Amino acid sequence: MTTKLKDTDVVIVGLGAAGGVAALPLAQAGIEVVGLEAGTWLTRRDFAPDELRNNYRGWPQGIQKANQEIPTSRANAASATAPRGAIHPMQNAVGGTTLHYWAQSWRLNPWDFKVVSETKRRYGASRIPPGSTVEDWPFGLDELEPYYDRVEYEVGVSGQAGNVNGKIDPRGNPFEGARTRAYPMPPLRSTEFLDKMTTAARSLGWNPFPGPAAVNSRAYQNRSACMYHGFCNRGGCHVDAKNSTAVTTIPRAQATRRLKIVTRAHVTTIEVDGNGQVTGVNYLADGVEYFQPAKVVLLASYTYENVRMLLLSKSKAFAKGLANNRGQVGRHYFSHHMGAGVSALFPWNTNAWYGLPAQGVAVDNWADDNFDHGGLDFIGGGNLWVYSDRRPIGAAGMNTFGRAPNWGSAWKTFIKENADRSNSAYIQKSTLPYEDNYLDLDPQVKDPLGYAVCRVTAEYKENERKLSAFTQDKMEQWYRAAGAIAIQRAPLGGAMGVSTHAYGGTRMGDNPDTNVVNRWGFAHEAPNLGVLGASVMGTSGAHNPTLTVQALAWRTAEHLVKNWRNIGRT
Amino acid sequence: MTFISRRDLLKRAAAVGALRLGSGQAAIPADALGAPESPAVRTAVQTFKREPLETLTASEMDVLEAIVARLIPTDANGPGATEARAAHYIDRALGGALAASRPAYSAGLVALDRYARESRGAAFAALSPADRDAVLTDIEKGAGTGFTGSSVAFFTMVLNHTHQGTFGDPSYGGNANFVGWDLIGYPGVRTMVSPTDQKSLESKAMKPNHKSAYEYDFNKDTERGRGPASIKNDH
Repeated sequence: MTTKLKDTDVVIVGLGAAGGVAALPLAQAGIEVVGLEAGTWLTRRDFAPDELRNNYRGWPQGIQKANQEIPTSRANAASATAPRGAIHPMQNAVGGTTLHYWAQSWRLNPWDFKVVSETKRRYGASRIPPGSTVEDWPFGLDELEPYYDRVEYEVGVSGQAGNVNGKIDPRGNPFEGARTRAYPMPPLRSTEFLDKMTTAARSLGWNPFPGPAAVNSRAYQNRSACMYHGFCNRGGCHVDAKNSTAVTTIPRAQATRRLKIVTRAHVTTIEVDGNGQVTGVNYLADGVEYFQPAKVVLLASYTYENVRMLLLSKSKAFAKGLANNRGQVGRHYFSHHMGAGVSALFPWNTNAWYGLPAQGVAVDNWADDNFDHGGLDFIGGGNLWVYSDRRPIGAAGMNTFGRAPNWGSAWKTFIKENADRSNSAYIQKSTLPYEDNYLDLDPQVKDPLGYAVCRVTAEYKENERKLSAFTQDKMEQWYRAAGAIAIQRAPLGGAMGVSTHAYGGTRMGDNPDTNVVNRWGFAHEAPNLGVLGASVMGTSGAHNPTLTVQALAWRTAEHLVKNWRNIGRT
Repeated sequence: MTFISRRDLLKRAAAVGALRLGSGQAAIPADALGAPESPAVRTAVQTFKREPLETLTASEMDVLEAIVARLIPTDANGPGATEARAAHYIDRALGGALAASRPAYSAGLVALDRYARESRGAAFAALSPADRDAVLTDIEKGAGTGFTGSSVAFFTMVLNHTHQGTFGDPSYGGNANFVGWDLIGYPGVRTMVSPTDQKSLESKAMKPNHKSAYEYDFNKDTERGRGPASIKNDH
């Protein structure tokens, strides 16, 4: 039945943000790589500036493998399972979700790596929120800096440095950790509205700066600069100016002739031998079963699928799922708290029709531990982010700030005047893992092949809710300073649900009793299994995860190259 | 040119204010469409006395058209969902991307019409505008009876789809003649917006271009990106 394929050095499961990056250093070192991708190639011909298709119909996720495996979710073990979402947050394609993501490419702040030790040092051990399982990362920002740098240049990131080798540049983020050099491209352009927000932040004594984006602000690597057409939000780029791995690292890995890509490959399980080493992966393609043997398996699907794949891959050596003999797979899960946003209404147009969500102005004064929490009752903080992004259907659905009903002639009068006069900030906040927030297999819901889907059991706790209220105050202050005439705040946060920023479940750390992978990203219990993606991250910080995921992926791949003889199955 | 697009046809119809489509309405008078560009076009245009309904029944369409006409009314602020042909968009989408909502429309439209008769004494489409709004307000607030589950879900679904049919790309059959985009001041799909263009928008000098996503030929561009050699599938 199963066709056994020719052995390869490394098989990568998923060619998205993480797998698409890791393939490059491996292939460049002469290692034979097979990349298994559940989706297909999408070209820029697929990326029409079409809000209905991108933002309301979830094209093309709606017809994909991932969409048959949408996780279920509930707030806690005592609560009912919520209605399942219609669209999986991630996309199957060569390049994965980097094709249509917002492309904000942040480094974490130094504090994010040392939440426990820094909190104890500055405020005392009692300030670690009760029930949190947070640990320090096994290394600091300085360890990851060279990989951030490498990825910023390999992929292409536009931005304004704030700290080059310790020298603070007031145009950038003064709170960022030291970087060895500036971004490869200047930041994306500003607008009149963003300039107003920048001026307002300065008037408050804050330090505004343009956010970093994996979008070309000028031609880079023979690809176009951004055209600002306004359909970047869940849309692919029509000129390849968004630096998806499909147009950056993957083609370069292919050029080495060491990367073989198999599309429409639906990986079902990872195989293990009697010694507990992984031997390869099983996948289905066009109805045919294959086994791809490999010396090393790199699991690089999304957080939910990484955890699910391990839990589904049971064997004699791993009765509770691969690398799960200590029961840590699925633990320390959290999704970025990006809810509890603030919306503002201005008395003038913001002219946001032709922008993108990575084009904006940020304030990090209230992020992480960049401010004194001595008199406060929470730890962590939020990145305030104002961006220029609007499309017509979304505009029509805007909050009416209690000034009009949602339909009829009065609404029409309101929307005619105000469609371009609002702005919403979603505010990413440092979010912690807790003992009773976790991922497991849903006991009832299965995919069409009969495999259980992932179940999310998670809710935001007091620390996140207090932090939300605090950052909402700051955001409102900022909007008011810029002239907002009305403000609305979203609820502080309850159930986490299914997220585009999902962390943990295969956490990285030195202690095998509390972590699935070691400091290099290889499983403590199955050393020739590497895990890539935000599932290895133990803290979120207040910034988007993708660049960190990519820096970690590069680092894991480089470690594999340097230690090939020790790690690869013999 | 031997082909006249539906949009061009509608532009002409709208231009003379004669656009009333759908069941229970007069078909477009042939003389309202302006001079056709060729004999072939004249034949095609004159053949269409009314448009096909792709999923909804004629009775369902009566109710839906009456609903969308109150959600985004035609009034002093200009055309609304009727002129945008939002109901036509919904009818078409229910046979495709919105197919999962087809049962909800069947049940909801019948329930709404029944509620109109019971609470206001006439079919929804036969009520005065004020009574139609009163019925819709009941449905919006969950006070409408006879619905499967809450009437709020039905109301929210129809409102969302009416937004899609009024403000979505015209290539999907709604937002006819760009009336939705003109209402909210969206200047149209552009594939390149230079710094000068942005400044022109900020100084209110930018004029709507009335272009759909699918009027651009970048969709034909194959020269860049992944080549055919990469697209080969190989197990």
